[in-house]
Amino acid sequence: MNVTFTLNGRLRNVNIEPGDYLVDTLRQLGLRSVRRGCDSSSCGVCTILVDNKPVPSCTTLTARMDNKTVTTVEGIPKEASLLADEFGKQGADQCGFCNPGIALSAYALKLNHPNADETMIRHFMVGHLCRCTGYVSQTTALKAYLEGKR
Amino acid sequence: MKNHHVVNHQTPSVDGKGIMMGRDAYSDDFAHSDALIIKIMRSPHAFAKIVSIDTRRAEEIPGVELILTHKDFKRNAYTRAGQGYPEPSPHDKFVLDEYVRHVGDEVCAVAAVDVKTAEKALHAINVEYEVLTPVLDFETAKDNDQRVHPEADIYEMFPIGFDPKRNLAAAYHMEIGDVEQTLRDSDVVVKESFYTTPQAHAMMEPHTVNARIDYNDRLLIYSSTQTPFHVRRILSQALEVPLRKIRVIKPRVGGGFGGKQALHGEMLCAAVTLRTGKPSKVIFTRQEVFESTYSRHPMRIDLRIGAMKDGRITAIDCYGLSNTGAYGEHALTVFMVTGSKVLPLYNKVEAVRFHGDVVYTNHTPAGAFRGYGAIQGNFALESIIDMLAEKLDIDPIELRMKNMIKEGETSKIFEVMGEGTEGTAMDMESCKLDYCLNRGLALSKWNKTYPRQMISDDKVRSVGMAIAMQGSGIPFIDMGAATIKLNDDGFYNLTVGATEIGQGSDTILVQIAAEALMTEVSNVAVYSSDTDLTPFDTGAYASSTTYVSGNAVLKAATKLREMMIEEAARVLQCDSDAITFDGITFTDDKTDSISLKDLSNKLYYNDEQKQLTATDSYVGHKSPPPFMAGFIDVEVDLCTGEFDILNYTSVVDCGTTINPMLARGQIEGGVVQGIGMATYEETHHNKKGRLITNSFLNYKIPTTKEILKLTTEFAESYEESGPYGAKSVGEIGIDTPPAALANAIYNATGVRITKLPITPEKILQGIKEKENKR
Repeated sequence: MNVTFTLNGRLRNVNIEPGDYLVDTLRQLGLRSVRRGCDSSSCGVCTILVDNKPVPSCTTLTARMDNKTVTTVEGIPKEASLLADEFGKQGADQCGFCNPGIALSAYALKLNHPNADETMIRHFMVGHLCRCTGYVSQTTALKAYLEGKR
Repeated sequence: MKNHHVVNHQTPSVDGKGIMMGRDAYSDDFAHSDALIIKIMRSPHAFAKIVSIDTRRAEEIPGVELILTHKDFKRNAYTRAGQGYPEPSPHDKFVLDEYVRHVGDEVCAVAAVDVKTAEKALHAINVEYEVLTPVLDFETAKDNDQRVHPEADIYEMFPIGFDPKRNLAAAYHMEIGDVEQTLRDSDVVVKESFYTTPQAHAMMEPHTVNARIDYNDRLLIYSSTQTPFHVRRILSQALEVPLRKIRVIKPRVGGGFGGKQALHGEMLCAAVTLRTGKPSKVIFTRQEVFESTYSRHPMRIDLRIGAMKDGRITAIDCYGLSNTGAYGEHALTVFMVTGSKVLPLYNKVEAVRFHGDVVYTNHTPAGAFRGYGAIQGNFALESIIDMLAEKLDIDPIELRMKNMIKEGETSKIFEVMGEGTEGTAMDMESCKLDYCLNRGLALSKWNKTYPRQMISDDKVRSVGMAIAMQGSGIPFIDMGAATIKLNDDGFYNLTVGATEIGQGSDTILVQIAAEALMTEVSNVAVYSSDTDLTPFDTGAYASSTTYVSGNAVLKAATKLREMMIEEAARVLQCDSDAITFDGITFTDDKTDSISLKDLSNKLYYNDEQKQLTATDSYVGHKSPPPFMAGFIDVEVDLCTGEFDILNYTSVVDCGTTINPMLARGQIEGGVVQGIGMATYEETHHNKKGRLITNSFLNYKIPTTKEILKLTTEFAESYEESGPYGAKSVGEIGIDTPPAALANAIYNATGVRITKLPITPEKILQGIKEKENKR
């Protein structure tokens, strides 16, 4: 079947199997920042934005993307770079496997709740498991990233 | 503390930005686009013998390229442990075997053109099993009638107590002094048994491997491994491919924590590519990561501790029973660390004994995991120290201060116990444990809160603490090497075998090189862990990178600096002793000078052209331990047993912190992983031995909502033998939380939890039992 969606600002028409998951479609399209950490939308690694809202791509059918806008971290290089600077300042980037997903959620948070406080940041990011950092450095970096825009 | 211009500075990681921006980094990002997909059939039984495998229907499915069963492999026992050679783990595993020994063990494998075809083929394979009674209770595994390993062709590389007839993967015994007599002569003896759980590593990147035959007709493997050089050697041994025909590249690894020290996908992936000649790849599902890789060794630790009325600890007797599951990976060495990196904390005892067994069962195997036995031992010892303090009516801090190891002292245990072998005697040339303890008291709410503070009728706040030690590599075994190359334009390449897995090793090794070459971090390009292109390193384990690989980098950089000075002296026509170098310019005693940039350009293009490259290596002659004091502030609800962790305070002595920010990351990440093991990370099996907690939906690791505050500081400390005074820091952070939390819960409620994890249910049950006794 054919699906048409906007991917990182570019209209794409893709031929897929009805059961294909978005994580696999996007990887096949060369967007290798989208990676699988589990297959039950419980770790946050594969997070992408659909119409600017964070969605786990490991359990989202590509077929549902018709006429949607899909964003991966390749589509927001400036924002990812800004967040990376804050992560760098806090030493919050260890293995980094969860980071592209976190960057997308952080960007969504900035778009939808630019004045989020620490409690809200924690609630918003709770779906992003990280086994490396212990979260505190990440939360500090996310705060600085949000404050940067104010 | 010495003045450094790069080391001991908070340099951002060299690779963080590229990874955040989604650039190709991890193993699967480098997989061949036409790679065959490998799917592995997993045993539904905890223990069974395969009677037959009928693959005929699967073979006929279009797109199926290869099916591998145990009949396709020569019986060649090996260990997946990923250790140096000869391994201290038994060779008790076959690439594929006629027995399956745990739910999730490999039955057979399919390689097909895509995932759907591979999965379809798996469903079309018919396996007939003779189901055997599994050994599921580790406390009755030893000398059980049922043998987990009945086969004859498995063996140990040197004596480790391996006795499969008795279900023993390993056993160990050591005694210093006369423990029984000393305990009899002590005023007070406390005795308790402690249980720890098979914690899952839960690294975010599942185990990922891909393989191809390159145009030089060699096997090229990308693997998410912590030990690329061991992977090469073990593949060669198990598959009988010459070492020279294999190249292993470790790209960025998405977390390891010991879980990627072993080989898990490499064997089948290599076998598929060798047999088909085609590229292939395997990515473990999250369920496979939980069920089919390995966990932390769960243990029972029986402790007896004796002391005199004045608070002098006289003897410690520690019996351990460790469950290694289906295979004996790291069986002996993890077990020994439970003694060797825990018991020396109290080095003034007259007698100490450490002994026990590591048993086979039909559970998911256990293996290396950050802390490596020390966290299990620490939970037991640091719990019983608080119990002893109460019995002696001495403050637990005072009891520790009086008995713990101090700078300049030693413990006989260092000499007696190594990892799988005898140990190495050493004095503590850097040990600021007393500072860590005092500073932790000041930073935490100890003095205000100890032992408890009632907030309301049913809410109580309390504190708990524990001290810990770890190591810095394995002396005379772990070797790291580094090569530094000067390029035209005056920049450097640093190539290291050391394995960056997210802990920041590339960054801190660049910092060490930059410090020695008096240059900036940005002037050193780093490339790590490629068995063809980088020098050897045993890998990222045993807290070895900063100390062992760091020393190798320092030696190589120092050598290159001398070579450059020699060349500058030749160009400036003076004696090399007359040259001073500030990182940018070489100046002689007559103020003639040449810049590094000009010198390097001359060397590569104009004047007696030559390549300047220095290689050096380092093997530790001791393993200076990092030390830590951990303090936890909790609030407990006495009606529900629920508790919140308000803050975790860590004060750490790891010598000089090469990068204080990344060192903090190691401590905080370790602490939170330790908190996970202490609280949320409960594992459950059903009666047939299936792991129920096999996904993130029911195996809960800490999230950003539970971890509210972490306070982390480092002691001023300098380890003479370390690079710029550094010791390693990768594991020490994980050790204290289980005991600190258990002690805090006791201080809050009077309930002593001796079985991890510490859950509200257990606390509430303890409170009720106490009420009923009244």
